[in-house]
Amino acid sequence: MIKFLVKAILRDKNRSLLPIIVISIGVFLTISLSGYLRGVMGDMIDQTARFETGHLKVMTRAYAGNKDQMPNDLALLGVNELTQSLRKEFPNYQWVERIRFGGLIDAPDAEGESKGQGPSAGLAIELFSDNSGEVERLNIPHSIVSGRIPQKAKEALIGDEFARKLKLDIGDEITYLGTTMNGSMTMESFTISGTVRFGMAAMDKGAVIIDISDARNMLDMENGAGEILGFSDEGVYFDETAKQTEQAFNAYYANSNDTFAPVMFRLREQNNMANYLDYVDSFASMFVVIFVIIMSVVLWNTGLIGGLRRYQEFGIRLALGESKGHIYRTLLTEAVLVGILGSLAGTSLGLAAVLYLQVHGIDISGMMSGTTMMMPSVLRAKFTTDLLYIGFIPGVAAMVAGNMLSGIGIYKRETATLFKELEV
Amino acid sequence: MKYLVFLMLTPGLLMAQQYYPNAEVILQKVDDNLTSTTKVIESQMVIHGRRGSRTVSSKGYAQGFNTSFTEYLSPEREKGTKMLKLEDRLWIYSPSTDRTIQLSGHMLKQSVMGSDLSYEDMMETRKLTEMYNATVIGEETIDGRKTWVLELLAKVVDASYEKRRMWIDQVRFIPLQEELFAKSGQLLKKTVLSDVARIGARWYPKKINYKDMLKEGEGTDFIITDIQFDVNIPDYIFTKASLKK
Repeated sequence: MIKFLVKAILRDKNRSLLPIIVISIGVFLTISLSGYLRGVMGDMIDQTARFETGHLKVMTRAYAGNKDQMPNDLALLGVNELTQSLRKEFPNYQWVERIRFGGLIDAPDAEGESKGQGPSAGLAIELFSDNSGEVERLNIPHSIVSGRIPQKAKEALIGDEFARKLKLDIGDEITYLGTTMNGSMTMESFTISGTVRFGMAAMDKGAVIIDISDARNMLDMENGAGEILGFSDEGVYFDETAKQTEQAFNAYYANSNDTFAPVMFRLREQNNMANYLDYVDSFASMFVVIFVIIMSVVLWNTGLIGGLRRYQEFGIRLALGESKGHIYRTLLTEAVLVGILGSLAGTSLGLAAVLYLQVHGIDISGMMSGTTMMMPSVLRAKFTTDLLYIGFIPGVAAMVAGNMLSGIGIYKRETATLFKELEV
Repeated sequence: MKYLVFLMLTPGLLMAQQYYPNAEVILQKVDDNLTSTTKVIESQMVIHGRRGSRTVSSKGYAQGFNTSFTEYLSPEREKGTKMLKLEDRLWIYSPSTDRTIQLSGHMLKQSVMGSDLSYEDMMETRKLTEMYNATVIGEETIDGRKTWVLELLAKVVDASYEKRRMWIDQVRFIPLQEELFAKSGQLLKKTVLSDVARIGARWYPKKINYKDMLKEGEGTDFIITDIQFDVNIPDYIFTKASLKK
């Protein structure tokens, strides 16, 4: 019977094409919007990853225990070798080195006296490297308010609000006063190459960005870094993959008692992200469920209309002697087949859209003036395994439910009145 | 009957009160030992970190309670760094940047050279009798020496520590141990003074260990290698111009 029905579906396009198209569109919307929703909801996660946690982070055990204090005396040493090792062992992540530091920024006047000073939170990244991707990752090009990104040693970016507070212009000198990795006092002068809008008040008021080579010189951290961050090649955080990487790395050092041995943490385990990740999952799932319900209602209606539209056909088939049960079963079987075909098409198209948006995203930077580092300029979707099947809920189940309801009318038909109904 | 009991107890109460000496007198004797008109100190600061220890040597000049000048002599990183304190202001000069920066406010609570001392700790040279009201709360023995335990409560608003507890050597009137508290009662720092030497007419501790109780580690040892009291120090030393010389 199924073979017969498949032929009927394929040959009688008048009966099948429209439902398949409607189902495909419905499922496509379900898949693509669900994937996009998950991607957008993950924006906060993305922001945290870019600025703070990475998808994975490597620190010394001692540093990890006090990381909020940026204890560079407990930082990683020998990071060149460690980073090379990470790139070799876990090539599906991009590994970058960063140093965070705190101190005082002092702005001199023409006589060299202090005209203003303020506490500063510093971030040293691979600014001069073309391969690290750090500049794009932190959205710096789109967040520059004035000037340019540092291009040589002893140049710095500072928060725009910080610059205004200290009455600083591009080309002015600032002096950083802080403590080296060994505890020595250090002072270093930088030239302001540009100002940037971070989009977070605390950073706008006192943050400084320099190249990691300057930080290493200034803080006596030769071949050192406070942290090594890993970002997945897909640009999206997948907890399961990250967990496997984390466990594999930490297994190397499991037997070491060295307090300065490196330890890896995945995003979920940092900055109380576990609760937020669970919240995002629940919220996104709720939206997906609501959307699936809505699409189910639409496709149920489609099935209902399809069944009602074949009123005359059913009458003829009853008159020819086909049993009511048989007609009903063929109706439902057709609905399943049409639903599957439509869902397959819709899921394929939806997944293609999600994957495209995940990799390339939608660049909205041109639409937004005054972008900050915190605000992403590219909106991305996120592929999750449930997208493979959720389309079938409205596509098949709703379609069948609609036909089941409309098919009930078959049992109310009376053979004696068929000719009158059909007006033959 | 009540009056009889009172009369019988009074001598005992009086004796109990006289058992502890006057705290203000003890504190004055401590100030007499620790403060002077001028001081020239050569010292080493041994800073114990998680990854090792480092020693920073310096030479300092102090005049009264509000004026001091320090030049760091080694290691290479610190060499040539100078600090000048005038009243409540502190300037730091760095030869690498050829800049003089003034520190004030909460920056004075920051650590000096990564040690357990803050700039405030270094700058605080006023007499204890000027800043605190003291009470003797007991006696203890530390390293075989009997001490009076004094509790000091700040009577000025700008004291670095709201409360102190000091263990004063009963013979030499030198603190052998101190605990420094915040207004909330949180123990912030602990100091242990040792290697007490007779210098002229006074006793002076030549080694002080400062321990920041909010940090892990062994603290910082401040070791005096040479000290001279009441010597003539040229006025130009205590000027901003001397920072860049």
